[in-house]
Amino acid sequence: MTALSTVDRPTGDDTISRGPVRRLSSWLHRHSGIRLAGLLSAPLLWLLVAYLGSLALLLVSAFWTVNSFTGDLVRQPTLANFRTILTEEVYRTVALRSLGIAAAVTVIDVLIALPMAFFMAKVASPRSRRFLIIAILTPLWASYLVKAYAWRVMLANGGPVDWLFGGPGNGPGYGLPAIVLVLSYLWLPYMILPIYAGLERLPDSLLEASADLGGRAGRTFRSVVLPMIVPSVIAGTIFTFSLSLGDYITVQIVGGKTQLIGNLVYANIGAANNLPFSAALATIPVLIMVVYLVAVRRSGALEEL
Amino acid sequence: MRTTRVFTAVAAAGLLALAGCGDGGSATGGSGPGGIKPPKIDKLASLGAGEGQVNVVAWAGYVENGSTDPKVDWVTGFEKETGCKVNVKVAGTSDEMVTLMKTGDYDVVSASGDASLRLIYGGEVAPVNTDLVPNYKDVFDGLKLKQWNSVDKVAYGIPHGRGANVLMYRTDKVTPAPTSWSAVFDANSPYKGTVTAYDSPIYIADAALYLMKHQPELGIKNPYALDDKQFAAAVGLLKKQNELIGEYWSDYTKEVQAFKSGNSVVGTAWQVIVNLAKADGAPVEAVLPEEGATGWSDTWMVSAKAKHPNCGYLWMNHIIDPTANAAVAEWFGEAPANKLACDKTADKNHCATFHAADEAYFDKVWFWSTPVAQCLDGRTDVTCKDYAAWTQAWTTIKG
Repeated sequence: MTALSTVDRPTGDDTISRGPVRRLSSWLHRHSGIRLAGLLSAPLLWLLVAYLGSLALLLVSAFWTVNSFTGDLVRQPTLANFRTILTEEVYRTVALRSLGIAAAVTVIDVLIALPMAFFMAKVASPRSRRFLIIAILTPLWASYLVKAYAWRVMLANGGPVDWLFGGPGNGPGYGLPAIVLVLSYLWLPYMILPIYAGLERLPDSLLEASADLGGRAGRTFRSVVLPMIVPSVIAGTIFTFSLSLGDYITVQIVGGKTQLIGNLVYANIGAANNLPFSAALATIPVLIMVVYLVAVRRSGALEEL
Repeated sequence: MRTTRVFTAVAAAGLLALAGCGDGGSATGGSGPGGIKPPKIDKLASLGAGEGQVNVVAWAGYVENGSTDPKVDWVTGFEKETGCKVNVKVAGTSDEMVTLMKTGDYDVVSASGDASLRLIYGGEVAPVNTDLVPNYKDVFDGLKLKQWNSVDKVAYGIPHGRGANVLMYRTDKVTPAPTSWSAVFDANSPYKGTVTAYDSPIYIADAALYLMKHQPELGIKNPYALDDKQFAAAVGLLKKQNELIGEYWSDYTKEVQAFKSGNSVVGTAWQVIVNLAKADGAPVEAVLPEEGATGWSDTWMVSAKAKHPNCGYLWMNHIIDPTANAAVAEWFGEAPANKLACDKTADKNHCATFHAADEAYFDKVWFWSTPVAQCLDGRTDVTCKDYAAWTQAWTTIKG
């Protein structure tokens, strides 16, 4: 950003006097690198300071501790937080549980979203297609909390879900299954939309060609459709996976006594005032997501986001 | 290690204001009951004119100016009378209160027992000159100069009100009616899967209280002062209890709903929750079990760095004024601190319902205190588990 005010380079061949704005503009024209720097420095600064900066701060504070009595931050680097996380079994259990839930939610959403998106993109008439898209987007307008509490009522003892299973107490109640159910419901649109977009780009002629060659529905799906929409599916899984991994509100509402990484982070900030330990815990989902993103990078999914 | 050098530089740059606190809990500030005294801070000698405003940190429902419910207002009159405009900051947890008071921007705070000692020993609050608070004389004696609001017979706050964590149960599902916390701690409890417990590290004290009566050989004298062995026993009990738990609660509306639907049928609760659940049509009752119970007793404290101390004192006097104290006690659902408030409540049974004058009831109640390394029960030969250890253990208990 300082590039603009650096040097007022003498321009030997310019004998005609020009306004300073014109001079600057022609000078910038000749120095395209500096022009680019001037254009990008503000958004880059935002990215660096507000986004990467806060991430860096998170990482740094994970090495601090808190004075247990007065609650003051102790800014001395120590590995104590990470040692606790690695040695206490409970954190491993919770991390694995969070991972399992995120994976289950993702699989369920893929299974529901694939036929749904295929119907929307290839089968439905243009008129009903528009209606379906609206139907899928509408729940996103309702507050997350309202939806989660609605599920709490539905899953309550003697609630509608219990009656589906044949009477009070027969339903899943609050707990792990309830979390998976509600999270799958909440993040489903984020899975349908990328898959739908991917399918829409798939030319109908390919399906017809497959049919002409004698391919039945199943074979066409396996050999033509699936390979082409894998990047879209993975793009959707990035949403559902990361959103499930960080969730803690749904867990509090329908999770019974279950705790996930998000709840531990929240409890350590809210109840224990232990920001450094929360930061150390928060590095777990960050790590998992980095590993996941690196793994799917080659599939081309990141271009689908 | 490059990172290490960065840290050292940061520390040296003066950001490290704290002295002598290493990691691993080897030193916890060096203060606490049973040892070093809190920092010397003078109390206000005499009351001057009001400064025009007062900044308050309070629990939700403690400072109501009619904006929540037009009929619930004990602030507007105070502002007119004294000229002190009340700016309130509502805090959700005791830890948030401590953090807010550290900023020095606030004059008074309604601290619970698990925050008050940290504020006192951290030097955040000043002793209170009770002579400047005329209504103090009418406060129940059972609330004056207690462990959580005074040090060495020096008052650090004005009592606000108190309540016990009672055992609530569904009358149609839990028979016979429980008289003991065994209903929620006994591994063979018939209510497996429908037991509820308070979701906070401070709940470890409930287990300790139970062990105090049921395993006297552990020698627990105070449920907030647990040495390694006692602490391990309490944590072990809670881990077993985890198998009985349907859900933990910290949001009281959630508990009301769980009891109404029958997802929870027995567990710890506050009196206000019992009343709300009954009003909602849930067949519930509550009892103070034979072992006694934990509870909470809140105290108004004045900041050591108060910019508006006179208005702060005027506010502390006002909030325990019989009329205001009755109003806040009814709105929040707790026992008032002022004896005379019992005549001013809209519901004439309020003080009886909440056992305001019942010292025998509160003798059985262990009010929340901050667990610290120096044992609260006066033992000096052992180190007790501090609140940080309680927090980490709570995570382990929930599994």
